[in-house]
Amino acid sequence: MDLKPSDFRVADVFADWCPGCGDFGIMNALHMAFAELGLEPHQIVIVSGIGCSGKEPHNVKAYGVHTLHGRTLPFALGIKVANPNLEVLAIGGDGDGLGIGAGHFVNAGRRNLDMTYIIHNNGVYGLTKGQASPTLQRDMKTKALQKPNINEAVNPIGLAVISGYTFVARSYAYDVRHLKEIIKQGIQHKGLAFIDCLQPCPTYNDINTKDWYAGEDRKDPTTGKPQSRLYKLEETGFDPNVRDWSEDFQKKVAAMDKAREWGDRIPIGVFYKNELEPTLQDRLSKRIPFYLSNPPAKQELSDENGFSKVNLTEFIEDLKTS
Amino acid sequence: MDTAANILGRACGYGGLYVFGRREYHSNIKGLHSYFHLRISSRETLANINDVDLLAAFDAETAVRHMQEVVSEGGIIVDSQQMNMKVLDIPTLPPEFKDELIKFMNEKNLGETLKDFLDYAKQKNVHVFPVPYMELLNQIGEKLGIEKISKITRMINVLTIGVSFALFKYDRSLVEKAVRATFPEKIAAMNIMALNHAYDYAEENFKDNSKHRLEKTDVHEERIFLTGNQAVAMGKVLGGCRVQTYYPITPAADESEYLEAHEILKTSGEDEAIIVIQTEDEIAAINSASGAALAGARAATSTSGPGFSLMVEGLSWAGNDEVPVVITYYQRGAPATGLPTRHGQADLRFVMHAGHGEFPRIILSSGDIKECFYDAAKVFNLAEKYQMPVIHLLDKAMANCSQTYPVFDYGKFRIERGAILTEKELEGQEYRRFRFTETGLSPRVVLGTKNGVHWYTGDEHNEIGHISEEPFNRRLMVEKRMKKLELVEKEVPIEEKLNFFGDKDAENVVVSWGSPKGAIIEALNMLKEEGFSLGFMQVRMIHPLPTDHVKKALEGKKRIIDIEDNYSGQLGGIIKEKTGIAPNFHILKYTGRPMTTTEVYDALKAILTDKAPERQVLMFGS
Repeated sequence: MDLKPSDFRVADVFADWCPGCGDFGIMNALHMAFAELGLEPHQIVIVSGIGCSGKEPHNVKAYGVHTLHGRTLPFALGIKVANPNLEVLAIGGDGDGLGIGAGHFVNAGRRNLDMTYIIHNNGVYGLTKGQASPTLQRDMKTKALQKPNINEAVNPIGLAVISGYTFVARSYAYDVRHLKEIIKQGIQHKGLAFIDCLQPCPTYNDINTKDWYAGEDRKDPTTGKPQSRLYKLEETGFDPNVRDWSEDFQKKVAAMDKAREWGDRIPIGVFYKNELEPTLQDRLSKRIPFYLSNPPAKQELSDENGFSKVNLTEFIEDLKTS
Repeated sequence: MDTAANILGRACGYGGLYVFGRREYHSNIKGLHSYFHLRISSRETLANINDVDLLAAFDAETAVRHMQEVVSEGGIIVDSQQMNMKVLDIPTLPPEFKDELIKFMNEKNLGETLKDFLDYAKQKNVHVFPVPYMELLNQIGEKLGIEKISKITRMINVLTIGVSFALFKYDRSLVEKAVRATFPEKIAAMNIMALNHAYDYAEENFKDNSKHRLEKTDVHEERIFLTGNQAVAMGKVLGGCRVQTYYPITPAADESEYLEAHEILKTSGEDEAIIVIQTEDEIAAINSASGAALAGARAATSTSGPGFSLMVEGLSWAGNDEVPVVITYYQRGAPATGLPTRHGQADLRFVMHAGHGEFPRIILSSGDIKECFYDAAKVFNLAEKYQMPVIHLLDKAMANCSQTYPVFDYGKFRIERGAILTEKELEGQEYRRFRFTETGLSPRVVLGTKNGVHWYTGDEHNEIGHISEEPFNRRLMVEKRMKKLELVEKEVPIEEKLNFFGDKDAENVVVSWGSPKGAIIEALNMLKEEGFSLGFMQVRMIHPLPTDHVKKALEGKKRIIDIEDNYSGQLGGIIKEKTGIAPNFHILKYTGRPMTTTEVYDALKAILTDKAPERQVLMFGS
C-alpha cells in the first residue's frame, strides 16, 4: 500500500501549538518519513512525554502513547521488548529527556534498543510558560525568565555519544526535508537512534529564534544576505560511520568535538553511527533464539479451552523433596 | 544461610516431614547476626512457635541471643573454641542490645563469658553440645587435601546440619541426598564428607544426651519445599506473565532473579519465554511494564515499599489509561528505609490510596505461600478482564519463609484475557479504545493490530484516546473507569475474596490479612482443643472490599479481634470505614519479625479470658 504523507494526518484533532511552532515542522517530517519508508499506521507506535512535544502523537495517524513527564523511554522500552516487530519512536522535549528523564536517557544508551528517539530542543519549558530547560545556555535570559539562566547547558549530542547511542544526529524543525531524511535514517538504523531536533519556541525563546538560526543578525556585508548559523555536516565531508571497532573511539571523539560547536556555527546532520554494536533484541535473541519469532506479546499462553499451556515441571523438579 | 535452609528443608522432606522456616537477616552482606528459624513436624506446619528444641549456633552471638528460647531438655550446639569469649566483647552487638544484656546479667548474676551463659542454660536443664568447628574443618581440609582453611569455612553450615541431625538420630542418608540435591556434584562430594565427619563426631561425643528424635515417615505424595518468592515466580509463569521489570530491592528481587534463571518456558506447544528487564529505577520499571501490557504481553513489576513509592505516578497513568499491569508488592519494615530486610504490613493504606486522582485498582493479598502461587497467576486475569492495575500485596515474611506443600495442582488454571479485538474483528469498524459501554469495559486492541489505530494519553481523553477537557466527556470517562469496580464486586466469586476458618457462628471472630494467617489458624486450633470457639476471616481482596459479606460476618459478634503486623490496625480501620463495624480488640506487631503461633495463641487466650487490654503489642523474635 502506497501511502502519502497526508494519510498520516489526524483529521479530528486540532493541533494546538502556537503559530510558528517547530512542532508543526516535526509533525510534517514524521508524516513524510513514514510515507516514504512505506510504513503503515498500525506498524508504528509513537511514544511521547509531557509538554508541547507530548502532543505530537495525537497529530500523527499511528498508534500513539502520550505518557508521563520524562518517562517516554521506559514506556517505549516495554513496548518494544514485548513486541520487537513494532516500529517504535520515542518523542520528548528537552526538559522531558534531559531534565526529569535524564536517568532514562543515559540508561537507554546501555541497551541500544532498536528504535528512534527525537528530542524537541527549544531551550525552554513552553507549556509551563517559559522556564529554562536543560539545553538553555548559561547566562541567557529568555523572555519569561526572572533572572538569567544560572545553570550550564547539557550537551545532548555529547551525552548521547558517551551513553552508548549508536546513531546520533541533529536536525532543525524548520528544515523539514533535512529532518525527514534524518528521521528516515534514524528509523532505518539498526540500534538506538537519537535525534536532537533544534526548534525555536516563538512564544518563550526570544533568543534562539527562527531569525537567529537563519542568521538575520549577521548578514554578509557584500551580498547583504543572512548567513545561517546552521551548516550540514554531510556537506563538509564529515564521516560519522564506524565501519570497524578499531575506529570507534576516534569517531566518538570527532563527534564530541563537533558537538562542542554552538553559537555562530551549529552543525546539523549525523555525528556518529555504529551498527556493529548488538541491539537489545540481538542480545536477547542470543539467549532466547525464538525471541523475535515468538515475542512476549505474541505468545499464545492458553490452549483452545483456555488452560494455561505452560509446563512447570522443571520448576517443580527443582523444588521437590520427595 | 539460604543453602543451609534448603538442605534442612529437603532432608526433612525426604523423610516425609513438613517444614516451616523463616529467614532473618540484616541489611548487610555478611558479618551480622542472621538465622533460620524452622519447625519440623509430621503434620503440615504453618508458622513458627517460640519454643526452640535445638539451637545450632556458629557463633557466640547466636547462642547469647537465642539461649532463652531453648526449652528444658532442649539443646544448644556451640563452637567450643568460643566458650571463653567475653559476651560483651562480641563486636557485632549493637549498644542498645548490650544494655539489655547487662541488665539481664545483673539480674541473673551471670559471669561475663559464653560459658557462664551456657552454664546458666544448663541449670534450666538445657543440654550444651560444644563442637570444635575449626578443628573439624582442619581435619576435613586434610582429608580433602585443601590447605587453605578459608576455602572450606563455608562448610561450617553443613557441619552444623550434620551435628543437628545426628543429635536427632535422623537417617543420615536422607541428609546426604539433600546435600547432593543442593550442590553441584564436586562441591556436593566435599560437603557430604563434611556431613559425615560431623555425624561421626556427634555420634561419638554426644551419645545419648538429646531426647529429641526425628523419625522419617512414609509419604505417598509428591511434595515441594519453596519460598514465597519462588511461589510467586512460578505463579506468574503459570498466569502468562511474559515481561517482568524490576529494580533491585529487598525482599522482592529474588523473585525476578528466579524468573530470569528460568526465562525459557516449556509449554504444550511452542517454547515461550519470559523477558526479565532490570531497569534503571522503579519509575522505569512500572512504566516499562505498562508499555509491555499495552503491546499485548502480560506484564508485571515486583517491588517493595520504597520502590512502589517511586511508581505512584505510573500507577495513576495506568489507572487512567486502563492498563492491565500487575504490581507485586512485598511489604517490609517501613517508613523510609525502615527495616529493609525485615517484615511489616504497614503499607495497606498506602496502596489503597497511592496515586493522584480517583481511579480503579484491585488489591489482592495472599496469606501464605500456596496462595502466593495461585494468586500470582490469577492477578493477570483480573488485570486484563477489568483493565486496571492490580496490586498483589505480599510481605517479607511470605517472601522469605519456606514451607513444605504437596505439589501444586495447577492443571486447572485458566487464562482469561478479557475482550481483545483482532485485526479481523476490527475490519470495517471505527475502533474507539475507550468506547462508553454499560459496564465501563471497552474491548482492548493491542498495539500493532491492523485496523485498530488508537491513542493513549495521561490527559483526560475522549473515546478515541485524544485529549479532551470537555465537562460532559470528563464526567462520563470518570464514571466509565470507576464503574468497572462494580463489575469486580459482582463477578469475582466471594471465595476468591475472603477465606473463613474456624467456627463461623462463634461469638468471637478474628480478622486479618497476609502472613499472620498461618499463626492464627494454628492458634485457633489450639484454642479449639481447649474449648474456645473462634472464627477467622482472612480478607484477601481488600479493594474493592466485599463489604456486604464482611459486614455479615462481623455483625452481632461479641469480640472482633484485629490481628495485623502494623501499629494502627489498618485493615481494622478500613473495615470500620466500609461497614461501620469496628474491631474491639487489636493484636499488633511492628518489630519487623512475623508473629508466631505461640504469641497469637497467648494474646487470643488473654482476650477470651478477659485478661487482655484492647490493644496488645507482640514482641517475640530477635
